[in-house]
Amino acid sequence: MRLSRRMAVAAVAFGTLMATVACTSTEDPGTGTGTKDVEVFTWWADGGEKAGLDGLVAVFGTDCKDFKFVNGAVAGGAGSNAKQVLASRLQQGTPPDTFQAHAGAELSDYINDDQVQDLSAQYTEWGLTNAFPKGLIDNLTVDGKIYSVPANIHRANVLWGNKTVLAKAGITKDATTLDGFFADLDKLKASGVAAPLALGKDWTQQMLFEALLISKLGPEKFNALWNGTGDWTGADMTAAINDYKKLLTYTNKDRDTFDWTDAEKMLMDGKAAYQLMGDWEAADLDAKGFKDYSYSVFPGNGAVFQWLADSFVLPKGAKNAEGTKCWLKTVGSAAGQAEFNKKKGSIPARTDVPADGFPAYQQAAMNDWKTATQVPSCPHGSACAQTWQGAVGSAQGKFSTDGDVAALQAALASAAAEFGPKAK
Amino acid sequence: MRHRKRTWIPGLLLISPSLILLAVFVYGLIGWTVDLSMQDRHNARPSKGFVGLDNYDKLFNNDINDRFTHSLMNLLVFTVVFIVGTIVLGLLWSLLLERGARAEGFFRTIYLFPMAVSFVASGVVWRWLMNPGQGENAGGINAVFEGLGLHFLEGPWWTDPDWGMAAMAMPAVWQLSGYVMALFLAGFRGIPDELREAAVVDGATTFQLYRRVLFPQLTPTILSALIVTGHMSMKMFDLIMSVSGAQWLTEVPAVYVWQTLLTRDYAKAAAISVFLLLVVAVVVVPYLVHVNRSEKRS
Repeated sequence: MRLSRRMAVAAVAFGTLMATVACTSTEDPGTGTGTKDVEVFTWWADGGEKAGLDGLVAVFGTDCKDFKFVNGAVAGGAGSNAKQVLASRLQQGTPPDTFQAHAGAELSDYINDDQVQDLSAQYTEWGLTNAFPKGLIDNLTVDGKIYSVPANIHRANVLWGNKTVLAKAGITKDATTLDGFFADLDKLKASGVAAPLALGKDWTQQMLFEALLISKLGPEKFNALWNGTGDWTGADMTAAINDYKKLLTYTNKDRDTFDWTDAEKMLMDGKAAYQLMGDWEAADLDAKGFKDYSYSVFPGNGAVFQWLADSFVLPKGAKNAEGTKCWLKTVGSAAGQAEFNKKKGSIPARTDVPADGFPAYQQAAMNDWKTATQVPSCPHGSACAQTWQGAVGSAQGKFSTDGDVAALQAALASAAAEFGPKAK
Repeated sequence: MRHRKRTWIPGLLLISPSLILLAVFVYGLIGWTVDLSMQDRHNARPSKGFVGLDNYDKLFNNDINDRFTHSLMNLLVFTVVFIVGTIVLGLLWSLLLERGARAEGFFRTIYLFPMAVSFVASGVVWRWLMNPGQGENAGGINAVFEGLGLHFLEGPWWTDPDWGMAAMAMPAVWQLSGYVMALFLAGFRGIPDELREAAVVDGATTFQLYRRVLFPQLTPTILSALIVTGHMSMKMFDLIMSVSGAQWLTEVPAVYVWQTLLTRDYAKAAAISVFLLLVVAVVVVPYLVHVNRSEKRS
């Protein structure tokens, strides 16, 4: 008798626990089928990015009255938190209605996974094919199809200068060739600037290396490196890496401890004369009240515009495809792009947006965007997929430490062989 | 009589929830990771099938920059410096306190206090302390040496290719030597007074007392300290991330797993995790066997 009571208690306890486990595992995630909600997943949670998103939402509110914007922003980690959340939602088959992704090769992960839909028909319907420059359309097209709508364009290959420091060293004109740049850097060193070119860690080093590659190889050969037809093992690449090694001697030795804003501070404090950075630096310098800056395209890049873009996609399995298309139309529209970019500090991907109301730097960039040759960027996902980016990043980090030219070239070549388009 | 035979049933029912949870959420997930590490699942694409040990082979033979072996070497350096540092310092401090000292409680707290700080918080502070920099940008350590005129001691700290990883172990030593001290102190206190008295009566010097009597008694404690610090260093992630932000120079396997996950190369990340699990097992299992045996004996 005693035993059976004990057994009953045990059985009840067991049953209760299992029921709890079962309940939690079958919990409904709260799908909103048939809803007007459009969940827009981004990592734009504050600052200029949030302001830009708000601008887009305002246009969406008037253009797409039938639908309701739902903010699915995941803050922190420069987007890495959001990417993790997104990856698990895609794996589980519960994608947001649309999500932010760098335009270009970084999207190939999602395309190969069959997680995003072809938007080519919408491009024709909404007139985007003519509104975006041909170079961008070429870079966005994968096997004849386009999978995303870019909301903006940033330029990566901009050299920022501290006018006072440059004037003190007697430099009045921006160098237009790599040799001229080296000569200027020598002048700066002679005038007492120990590290004339401020540099930060990992991706900022990749950016500097790419800008130098564009100067050394030209836009066509540079593009070829990323589309699988280029040569990473050639003598011109060796020469470029040697020049990059020389360039590093003009940078701060503690570069591996620096974020891009730390390097920017060196420039603002007059401890450095130059910094290569994307054009978000203009908005940042303005916000910090530093007016004494100059900007030019990286020496030797000529009329090459190295672009990166934030874009939105239509995931397979999106609950509200109609609403999402309306969101994407807003993102691609002239009004949407104007609102978003004025606030975020980038420029419209469309070439027909009027330049009035944009700050001086952005007006200049918008002008360049119409006429320049477009090339993509690996650290910002427009030239390479994330796995490739990771391999290049670690090779660059190693080089910053040991300066081994042959090892860097070999690592870049094997990264391209393993993760590049040929490997597909 | 029949009743007695069935006594295992309620017992099993009572522990079954734990067993099921353990099986699913611990061993199940380990099994799943092992399975994933043997799939061809590059770049987050759906699996193209079973590839056996290919992913492991790649880590050792075809990893770009030999990144994995580099991270293992880093881990080895970190582990050695960390273990030797914490054990030497912990032993030193416990020797100062083991015979009872004035304000012993106060000193014990001082030594133990760093353990209360999270790795992330202390990492942020040490990042500033070890910032190499120049002039105003110099971190705390370099600034002190500069102030004292000891320029030859100023260094690049964790960005030094030869000493970077050893420098990275300094915050960990700072943080955990107090813990090791507490272990040793408990060990010393556990030695019966008769042994000490007998040695003194027999005319042993202080050195002989420690060398021949007390340290041999402390062996199990030293072994525990070795195992605990050893397996802690294998899993070191938060400290390294907050000091160096996952740079090539100071990358360890745990950080490599995280970086690999960010690029959505799940199979490779799984392979690194499984390898790390095996290494930890090699360290921990003999210890567990030893503990089980000594428990049975006592």
